Amino acid sequence: MSANLIGLLMEATWQTLYMVAVSAVLGAAFGLPLGVFLATSQRGELLSRPLVNRVLGLVVNAARSVPFIILVVAIIPFTRMIAGTSIGTTAAIVPLTIAAVPFIARLIENAIREVDSGLIEAARAMGATPLQIIRKVLIPEALPSITLGLTLAAVSLIGYSAMVGAVGGEGLGDLGIRYGYQRFMPDVMAVVVIILIVLVQLVQSIGEWIAAKVDKRAPKGRGQ
Amino acid sequence: MSDGKPQGASIVFQAVGKAFNKPDGKQVSAVSDASLTVDSGAITGIIGRSGAGKSTMLRMVNGLERPTSGQVLVGGQDVGAAQGAALRGIRRDVGMIFQHFNLLSSRTVAGNIALPLEVAGVPAAQIKARVADLIDRVGLNAQSNNYPAELSGGQKQRVGIARALATEPKVLLSDEATSALDPETTQTVLTLLKDINRDLGLTILLITHEMAVVRDIASHVAVIEGGKIVEAGKTYDVFTAPQHPTTRSFLSGVTGVTLPAFIKGRMLETRPKGAAKEVLRVTFAGMHATDPMLALLTRDLGIEVNILAGAVEEIGTQPFGNLLISLDADKGVDARAYLEQHGLLTEVLGYVS
Ligand SMILES: Nc1ncnc2c1ncn2[C@@H]1O[C@H](COP(=O)(O)OP(=O)(O)OP(=O)(O)O)[C@@H](O)[C@H]1O
Ligand SMILES: [Mg+2]
Repeated sequence: MSANLIGLLMEATWQTLYMVAVSAVLGAAFGLPLGVFLATSQRGELLSRPLVNRVLGLVVNAARSVPFIILVVAIIPFTRMIAGTSIGTTAAIVPLTIAAVPFIARLIENAIREVDSGLIEAARAMGATPLQIIRKVLIPEALPSITLGLTLAAVSLIGYSAMVGAVGGEGLGDLGIRYGYQRFMPDVMAVVVIILIVLVQLVQSIGEWIAAKVDKRAPKGRGQ
Repeated sequence: MSDGKPQGASIVFQAVGKAFNKPDGKQVSAVSDASLTVDSGAITGIIGRSGAGKSTMLRMVNGLERPTSGQVLVGGQDVGAAQGAALRGIRRDVGMIFQHFNLLSSRTVAGNIALPLEVAGVPAAQIKARVADLIDRVGLNAQSNNYPAELSGGQKQRVGIARALATEPKVLLSDEATSALDPETTQTVLTLLKDINRDLGLTILLITHEMAVVRDIASHVAVIEGGKIVEAGKTYDVFTAPQHPTTRSFLSGVTGVTLPAFIKGRMLETRPKGAAKEVLRVTFAGMHATDPMLALLTRDLGIEVNILAGAVEEIGTQPFGNLLISLDADKGVDARAYLEQHGLLTEVLGYVS
């Protein structure tokens, strides 16, 4: 493999990491509050706003049902508005983030819902406000599941990032398609796939390590 | 937080009713027309079967549930009418412990006890000192940096108690706090609650389905059945002279005095023809509990008595005995009159031929 190709591969890896990292962070920044709200705004729950909950739920479902590649194309005007351009790696962060937010929100929602309702009750009995319960009880208690959810989201984003080549986003996926497929260079394709496998493994392992670190519950199987 | 030691507050239920809306639109009444006064500084037990409405009663004291009719007053304040900050203020004056402890798995022992103080906005330095005091009081010094997953059930409940006491409440509510513990651990937790009540003077309202818990620590008891208070009073009075059938059946469990199966199977409600024996429950209250009454009965009236089952125990430091005996049915009237004359209570349970 030529030095030129190796340079391209390194650059593409960097671009993928950049797109995934930024969209994951932005996705978590918007997805966390949205997920917490979805989990706590149903009727009778902490923030009980059933109507808003219903509407937001519909929006989230709608966003999640659009295939990613269609989302990328459909929001090109919006992408141009935000990023100033609709092509390139930075521009690709916009659709990636928009795909990540509802996905992460649902993962967070599930993680929060799993928290034992007895803990909410204990906190209410202490005189905690709903916001204090969210900050001091729900999020810390859900942290292991939240971490695993974010790991899952990051891995999915690595996959999605391969598709943004379609609108001029770069990165490993784009490189694999252009060289490996269109120029018949199976060795490039193979290297791209191997790098992606290593990236996913790495993200997964780090995520699981952090989740285990923050998890102070009794190990499963030993019971309470 | 106040400086001195917290004084208890009284709890008054005034014709309280609570109905829940079920998902199918129907209503289910959990508590109806319940009136009860819980004395300040006393330990009061509410006992009842599963679904009787115990938890609902308790949860109305700190506003986790609102009464649909009537009023619940804590230290004179109407809990059901309180909203927002006022309600949260009342809740800081009312600690609560739970059957399943409800500790945060993500916080250490010290962290869990600190939570109500953080919630109340107490400065960090004060929290630290207060938490150290509380850990000391419940005897968990060696575990202060452990997570709940590393504790035994009894230790977890100690954390729960320390956490409930953190904001120096006037009232402590206990929802089946010992039901998940073994008998020995139950005793140590009950002893801790008794000590706390004595040292801090706070009012303790506990619910349980075990008469033994009431017997061991409560000075007052209320019996709830189908959402209604069917009997209430001093524990000793209720134990020695139960009025309601529900109370009686709870008591037969706790006194451990039940008929042996071979007699129970042969027992008749009405006296059969011919020679028969009368089966009696005799309760010995107060000072009479230690008198040799049956021996006297034999000596004075010449009536022979078979003892079927019996026990003497202590209720609120007073002895209380419960005996099941059988004797010649012809002599039943005389024997009962003699025993009653000497201050014992008798109840005819049935006859065997
Ligand atoms: N949130 C609720 N919604 C609907 N019904 C309820 C609710 N809470 C309690 N109930 C009903 O009210 C009745 C009393 O319940 P409660 O929990 O007070 O009983 P309990 O005496 O504490 O029973 P247990 O010993 O099983 O805890 C039950 O019939 C129960 O089904
Ligand atoms: Mg209950």
